[in-house]
Amino acid sequence: MGKIRTPYLLLLPGFGFLFTFFILPIVNLAQTSTQTPVGGGDTGQYEQTFRFQNYIDAFVENKEQFGRSFLYAIIATLLALAISYPLAYAIAFKSGKYKNFFLVLVVAPFFTSFLLRTVAWKQILGEEGFVVPTLRSIGIISDSTTLTSTAFAVVMGMTYNFLPFMTLPLYASIDRIDPRTLEASGDLYANGFTTFRKVTLPLSMPGVVAGTLLTFIPAAGDYVNAAILGSPNTKMIGNVIESRYFKIVDYPTAAALSFTLMAAILILVTVYIRKAGTEELV
Amino acid sequence: MSKKIVDATAPKISPVVKFQRWFGRNLIRVYMFIAFTYLFIPVAYTFVFSFNDSGKSNLVWKGFTLNNWKNPCGAPEVCNALANSIKIGFLATLFATILGTMIAFAIGRHKFKGRSTSNLLIFLPMATPEIVLGASLLSLFLVFHINPGFWPTVIAHVMFCISFVVVTVKARIASLDPRLEQAAMDLYANEVQTFRRVTLPLVAPGIAGAALLAFSLSFDDFIITNFNSGTVITFPKFVYTAAARGIPAQANVIGSGMFFLALAIVIAGQILNRRKAR
Repeated sequence: MGKIRTPYLLLLPGFGFLFTFFILPIVNLAQTSTQTPVGGGDTGQYEQTFRFQNYIDAFVENKEQFGRSFLYAIIATLLALAISYPLAYAIAFKSGKYKNFFLVLVVAPFFTSFLLRTVAWKQILGEEGFVVPTLRSIGIISDSTTLTSTAFAVVMGMTYNFLPFMTLPLYASIDRIDPRTLEASGDLYANGFTTFRKVTLPLSMPGVVAGTLLTFIPAAGDYVNAAILGSPNTKMIGNVIESRYFKIVDYPTAAALSFTLMAAILILVTVYIRKAGTEELV
Repeated sequence: MSKKIVDATAPKISPVVKFQRWFGRNLIRVYMFIAFTYLFIPVAYTFVFSFNDSGKSNLVWKGFTLNNWKNPCGAPEVCNALANSIKIGFLATLFATILGTMIAFAIGRHKFKGRSTSNLLIFLPMATPEIVLGASLLSLFLVFHINPGFWPTVIAHVMFCISFVVVTVKARIASLDPRLEQAAMDLYANEVQTFRRVTLPLVAPGIAGAALLAFSLSFDDFIITNFNSGTVITFPKFVYTAAARGIPAQANVIGSGMFFLALAIVIAGQILNRRKAR
């Protein structure tokens, strides 16, 4: 008898916690998203009127920021994939006994606070940093061009900040590939590129899927990089939600935006997983 | 394993192929060097500017000093923020590790109805953007007239750390050889003894790793914290608000200090693991 109950007893405290502080808030957020201001009430007072128009209003008003969020997140994810794949491959197959050392190196930068590193990028790429004057003196960028407060800086910051989320799952799945399968491919007269395309890449697909998701999801909802490295012209949906909450105290719009963001991400992720053909995730 | 195979076939390879391989190997080395440089540029920058004799705003290099390191609390608000982050991180890690480990054992060691739903519930918080987690939790607190602050932040951190603990510990449990436990049972250990003497020690490194992960996630979190901490300033929150006017060099000292501390912990863990393996 006790045996049947054991797993449920083990789950109870944790799931009770998650139910109260994860599920319930989401349900509550859904409720907030269709509220409207109380007539004649103070700012920040809302009542439930099931106004689904809130969603359309919120989306139409901020479609530019939505588009930007997804565009930046997709570019940052692709860049992170391009940077991480060779790195993960090198660590898994080419670093011999230094494997663990290199893995620590991948994670190590992330022990320095993520905000400090983002601020560091701002200063490195800023007017007083060394990059801009150097590029100007070589003539790569003109004197009026700046690197900070641009989309470039925001996307670069996002790529940088989410890089280990890409590298680690990629490493995990590439490391699991039996090197003999690659040798077998070579024995069957496949050249390096064919071996990569037909053997390495398909076998590392779970890592690619996990890595891109772990990068894309936080990137799409991020607003720190846009706030520190960007300008008003690079505002993402996260910045809008944040300011709706804190500066304008417009909870329903913030809630509707949050839900739209979550729904958009879920749809995109589902389609992506179907296309990539991997159901095993965690 | 792979090395031996390569060595065994080495004499048969033509010089051209050999050169190609050599070039390939070094190309990848150059690539690794560039990639790691990219990863470490901001860390190096933070470290270098922790020695800047800068006064209030740490934007331009003004001269070398050790004062920031000798007196990291020279900017008192930095130390207050750090203390808050450590307190919150410690409490969040403690609760998340306990709750998460229990869930991991339930999912990893038992077959029961609702197991796949449980997996989904663990996956969902990780798949939800931080801003949605933070905003929704704040809405809930506001409904119940709970003011954002220290404990709401701890709760928020426990909430998003649990899933990461579960995934980490579950992976460790899954990698255990079931024969070790069977052997203990064969030697007349009862279930409790087997768990305490065999299972738990074997899973312990996974739990320790999960706790470290939870602490670093909590310590570094900004978005969810920003929504739920009210007037409590954590270290990332301090850096964010100070970023506009330039952060004091003491913040760089703390950032660099954390870096070396964490590095030391990881290296110590690796050495310990290697010794155990022997």
